[in-house]
Amino acid sequence: MEIPYTVEVRRDTGLTNGKIGIWLFLASEVMLFGALFASYILIRTGAPTWPRGDSILNVPLATFNTIVLITSSVTMVMAWASLMRNRFSTFRLYMGATILLGGVFLVVKYFEYSHKFHDHLFPSTNNFLAIYFTLTGLHMLHVMGGMAVNAYFLGPGSKLWKTNPEWFTNRVEHSGLFWHFVDLVWIFLFPTLYLL
Amino acid sequence: MSEPTSVATPGAHVSHEAHHEELGFWRKYVFSTDHKVIGIQYGITGLLFLFFGFCLMMLMRWQLAYPGAPLPLIGALFGESRMPGGSMLPEFYNELGAMHGTIMVFLGVVPLAVGGFGNFVVPLQIGAPDMAFPKLNMLSYWSFFLGGVTMLVSFFVPGGAAQSGWTSYAPLAVIAGTGQTMWLIGMIFLITSSLLGAINFIATIIQLRAKGLTFMRFPFFVWAQFVTAFLLLLAFPPLEAAGVMQLMDRVAGTSFFLPSGLVVSGQVLEHAGGGNPLLWQHLFWFLAHPEVYVLILPAMGIVAEVIANNTRKPLWGYRSMVYSLVFLGFMSFVVWAHHMFMTGMGTAMAAFFQTTTMIISIPSVVILTALIISLWGGSIRFNTPMLFALGFLPMFGIGGLTGLPLGLNVADIPLHDTYYVIAHFHYVVAPGTIFALFAGIYYWFPKATGRRMNEMLGKIHFFGSFICMNVVFMPMFWVGMAGVSRRLFDGGEGYQFAQPVLHLNAVSSWGAWTLALFQLPFIFNFFWSIRNGEKTDDNPWQATTIEWSAPSPPPHGNFRVSPQAYRGPYEYSVPGAAKDFVAQSEA
Repeated sequence: MEIPYTVEVRRDTGLTNGKIGIWLFLASEVMLFGALFASYILIRTGAPTWPRGDSILNVPLATFNTIVLITSSVTMVMAWASLMRNRFSTFRLYMGATILLGGVFLVVKYFEYSHKFHDHLFPSTNNFLAIYFTLTGLHMLHVMGGMAVNAYFLGPGSKLWKTNPEWFTNRVEHSGLFWHFVDLVWIFLFPTLYLL
Repeated sequence: MSEPTSVATPGAHVSHEAHHEELGFWRKYVFSTDHKVIGIQYGITGLLFLFFGFCLMMLMRWQLAYPGAPLPLIGALFGESRMPGGSMLPEFYNELGAMHGTIMVFLGVVPLAVGGFGNFVVPLQIGAPDMAFPKLNMLSYWSFFLGGVTMLVSFFVPGGAAQSGWTSYAPLAVIAGTGQTMWLIGMIFLITSSLLGAINFIATIIQLRAKGLTFMRFPFFVWAQFVTAFLLLLAFPPLEAAGVMQLMDRVAGTSFFLPSGLVVSGQVLEHAGGGNPLLWQHLFWFLAHPEVYVLILPAMGIVAEVIANNTRKPLWGYRSMVYSLVFLGFMSFVVWAHHMFMTGMGTAMAAFFQTTTMIISIPSVVILTALIISLWGGSIRFNTPMLFALGFLPMFGIGGLTGLPLGLNVADIPLHDTYYVIAHFHYVVAPGTIFALFAGIYYWFPKATGRRMNEMLGKIHFFGSFICMNVVFMPMFWVGMAGVSRRLFDGGEGYQFAQPVLHLNAVSSWGAWTLALFQLPFIFNFFWSIRNGEKTDDNPWQATTIEWSAPSPPPHGNFRVSPQAYRGPYEYSVPGAAKDFVAQSEA
């Protein structure tokens, strides 16, 4: 027996299974990052002194990275919209751009990290750097996860387009929702860590 | 399973083959995506871990009853580093204590109650062919399995397994040995497993319920699993965050939980400092209080099913029970700091948390009261599942009522670090939840195997366990009220004030060992009945809920025709009906 409502929506809920699944997953992610942000507030309010982010971190690089991630969210939407309009080749283009922009973000982050290590600034140096490395590190893992899923839909996963285009479009939409969430986390991280 | 059991089973087998290619052994029984197989995998693994966790406790009970005395016969097996000459070292005692808690909660009860019963029963009760995401379901089990393996392997790393209690309080846990790192990694696997499972349950219940099965027609067990899944989904990530931070503290040398100027063994610890040990406690209990409800809600669900079935009456106050359940789910997120009255929190905070704690006791009392009133005027069948369900009621009652003083700041402070807390908590979970789980095993065993477990052995199991559980835990209330700390490796022998109650330690210990003997009939019964139990039809308990309209055991895909719900879940003894029960799926 097939599992119903993978592609068609259930009438009384107006949703597919995957749509509920991804939103629930994002709810749990909100709790994960929420707990870390709450810990940040508690540690910072308890600290006698706390450095301003821009005195240690590189704000122009992070601003550039913010623009990169926001752009990647736009290309992600365009990728999904291309599928909705039945244009598979433009989907490939936009999906490729999304993954590439994710890669740019990671490369910039790599330079930021190695610069810190070079200056002997480690997670163990102080609690500002501890929370910086933990939050951005966890965020980077999410970026990598999102890139892996997107790469799957660009590569082997795209075979589904031929057999069940509607299902494939739904899947890309769900992976897009995750990608926007990752973007959104960064939008919170950037001012919290770099500017405040 | 060796011979064809009834007309129904071969028929089901034919339809099974008509729709599916036959899967090989590995895909069918090991890496299966079928919710029933995964449910049974979870159930068996959970039972094995329960047994293992119980064995750890039996070792501890020797040390508590006869501190320092060499353990006869098996004492030498544990080696000179743990039990030199057969007497237990404090480090080994701590290892046993931390791992007993971790294993019982995260690897025993939750996998059995949520992973086992939830997986097996929920899709059947809502008339679904499987879970909404079968592959995710398999991943969830194997992630849990890896978490379990990590915890077991941690006994063999240098320094042994985690020794900082199941709560892993910082800074003790941060400066502890390698076993603690294994504990954190294991927990991250277990948390991942719970998250995947929770997403799957919620999506399944919302999306895959049968036609006509509105939310207010759900069996109470489905409601219980639904609320439980939300608790797991939203409460576990903060512990994951805390786990990541503790891992960073241990591996990368950060100081999230290490305050400045921490002195360990007379030496100031080299670290940046500025962290907050209470932060760990807040994040831990933000999970672990909802976790208490994760332990108890599925149990209440099982008991509700068994009671409605065996009183042959609808549940009294079904709607109030459901509303209480949902309210309880919300409230469980705002009571966590009642575990922390001892940390010197301000009176305003304490007042807030003791108020919410008193409020949350109301829905629990509503549910328990509704279950007790449901017994009124029923013609009760005293079979084994019903005995365990009935045993649950007073045991959970004792556990719940003795919890009230712990929820009040002033009363909590003298009681909190004593055996009173151990007794309270275990009354809720051991003769409470675990009895409900036994009720569930005896109740749904015929659905899983097509055979019934032996009633005689079941009754021996019940009465023996019921008496022994009380012998184990009741004395602890007295030991606790005498002021004996629950964290002592010698059970209080070194303290003058503890002398009058010390003999009770031996009573508890003998109770625990006898309790183990009374589990033997269950273990034998369980395996023996798989092949030799009395054969049953699809609905041996004359129950109303949808799972009983599927063949026993249900084939892949569960139902021959997609069921439909026409009425509420407990239409027993309907006036004017031909039988004393009207199935939910009966048109």
